[in-house]
Amino acid sequence: MAEPLFRMARAEALRIVHLDSFVAVFHRSSGLTHLLAAPAPEIMATLGEAGLTRVALAEKLVADFDLEDLDDAALAERLDELVACGLVAAA
Amino acid sequence: MRHVFSVRIGPVGFRVGSTWRTPIEQLEALYANYPRPEVPDFSVRLFPARPWRQFIRPSVTIGGDFMLPDALPLPLAQGLLAAEMGMNLQMALGQRRYLLLHASVVERDGKALLMSGISGAGKSTLSALLSARGWRFMGDEFALIDPETGLLHAFPRLVSLKNAAIDVVTNALPDARFGPLLAGTPKGDIRHLVPDASAVAAMDTPVPPALLLFPSYGFEADERLVPLSEVFVRLTQASTNYVALGERGFDALARLVKTVPARAIDYPDTDSAVKQIEKLWAAL
Amino acid sequence: MGGVVSDGWLLARVLRTPGNALGLDAAGWTALIAIARAEQIIGTLASRLDGLKLPGDVARILDDARASAAQGQVAALWEVEMARRALAPLGEAVVLLKGSAFAAAGLRAGEGRSIGDLDILVPRARIDAVEAALLAAGWEWVKPNPYDDAYYRQWMHELPPLIHRDRDRMIDVHHTILPLTARITPDAVSLLASSVAVGPGVRMLAPNDVIVHAAAHLFADGDLAGGMRNLWDVHCLVDQFGTTGLDQRAAHHGLAKEVARSLRLAAALYGDGAKLTPGDHVYLRRLTARDSWGRPTRQVTRLGFYVRSHWLRMPPSMLAKHLWTKWRAKPD
Repeated sequence: MAEPLFRMARAEALRIVHLDSFVAVFHRSSGLTHLLAAPAPEIMATLGEAGLTRVALAEKLVADFDLEDLDDAALAERLDELVACGLVAAA
Repeated sequence: MRHVFSVRIGPVGFRVGSTWRTPIEQLEALYANYPRPEVPDFSVRLFPARPWRQFIRPSVTIGGDFMLPDALPLPLAQGLLAAEMGMNLQMALGQRRYLLLHASVVERDGKALLMSGISGAGKSTLSALLSARGWRFMGDEFALIDPETGLLHAFPRLVSLKNAAIDVVTNALPDARFGPLLAGTPKGDIRHLVPDASAVAAMDTPVPPALLLFPSYGFEADERLVPLSEVFVRLTQASTNYVALGERGFDALARLVKTVPARAIDYPDTDSAVKQIEKLWAAL
Repeated sequence: MGGVVSDGWLLARVLRTPGNALGLDAAGWTALIAIARAEQIIGTLASRLDGLKLPGDVARILDDARASAAQGQVAALWEVEMARRALAPLGEAVVLLKGSAFAAAGLRAGEGRSIGDLDILVPRARIDAVEAALLAAGWEWVKPNPYDDAYYRQWMHELPPLIHRDRDRMIDVHHTILPLTARITPDAVSLLASSVAVGPGVRMLAPNDVIVHAAAHLFADGDLAGGMRNLWDVHCLVDQFGTTGLDQRAAHHGLAKEVARSLRLAAALYGDGAKLTPGDHVYLRRLTARDSWGRPTRQVTRLGFYVRSHWLRMPPSMLAKHLWTKWRAKPD
């Protein structure tokens, strides 16, 4: 079975406004507003619409943000939360 | 509904129907300067829960297009309060054009000051006192923001003053018109202040917001900047229709939060508050 | 325009022929709006009047009603998606009932409709698994009360209501379309077997079954509350799907009389009229019992319907027991 690909919801589905350390996201499909703090916005931006597997996402986050290490369990949890509210799609 | 009263307040028209004559007479007297709507946006009804409640220990149940199922009735002596609460309820549950924030609004030099806070923070009192100092009164309960333009539309209902604030304001505004003293309401003593003629005359002139304050009463005078995300969250909590408006609500709120400076102020008494407010305004 | 009757017929006439509204004066419009709001159908009214030249105040009020209904549909369809995700691991599709079905399928009956809770139909055999899946996905019970809970599970046609803890939206899970204690027992298995796909993992009842459900809901399952809206649904569904095979399907579910009556009443209110029985006239009186403030009127008829609806749901001996227990439990 192929590894699932995680993709940010289509750009037309989201309205994104940067506040301070939080990002406000209006999700058109649900009508719900989410206030996201790191690492959620970074995860979404890194996934983009093309999408990445979880492993590839972890690698790219480490590279792009110069992280020393990355807690895989925490990343999995954040991804699940984003999928649960529709901001990220898992295929 | 034997007795009916209609009034337009800013962009919203109401009709109030009542089984009893007195609340309607009071409304007609206090809102005498206001225009009347053609077709009202909302209906409020004041009626007895049981037929005998019209005459025996008469009590007013608040109804209308939008109702709360467990609302407790008020004694007839507080019928005016019931009518005002009824109008608030229609706005809180039914307003879908303007983003509503629980805030008082006053205007100076073509720009609006919003004061957002829970009951008791002093928004009504402060807006009344500022109206005695050259600010135009635009409302003490709801700020109405047009999502298309970002402008504030005045919604100048009777100003609801409670307990100690009653004397403070009657002293500050000796020539103003007040409603009857309503004692022993669920929130203590209440008296309504009628907005002055210039506030009513200008109520159809919307203005852009320039300053957002979160006042807290009963503390040493202090002031702090409120970060954007905190403003955003506090305002969604202060809004009764943010979710129902969908994307328009988000746009209106995001624009307000990003373009208007926000401060939290603590104040020990209203004189101190007024000074702080006018100083912050001058520094804009 | 003098002598305008201000009750439900005012609303019916305008829904039937939107042009009928153009002669209304301010008082007429005010009454129409109040009655439409009371019948929870103002979004539909606004939809019907779209494109007509309306007085300024009215245009604004109806625009707002339409926008409100549209946003409500976005939220309702998201609930459908959330339910789909919760039940997918069970291999169960979500079979939609009522407003959510109309909106998801883009039916005429869904235009401008305001949608409340999500109503779904599941096989009785899977109801425990469905309940567990929903609880695991963040839904919780609205009211825990031991007696009411037992009553629901044993006799009612649905689980006690569930509400989602984050989104604050309710879901009603049905396993048939009438209470099990009712004298009429529709064929729930057949309802599910005949369901049609609306999208991946999302289904709704077949068109004739949708009409049968609307009729069942209106007559056997309530005190006619929301009747004008229910019959508007029937009117739109018949308009869109016709009635081929409807009689046989209704008879199969034991609801032939109810469906026939709902067709006559829908035609009388919104269509080209129908040959009405004396009973039909009583129903119409009750259905249109609103005044110009949207208040329910004709109280005597109303009480009669409430007693009837409970009688229909439970055999008299059970009814007595139910009411006795409820009366005892009521706090002073």
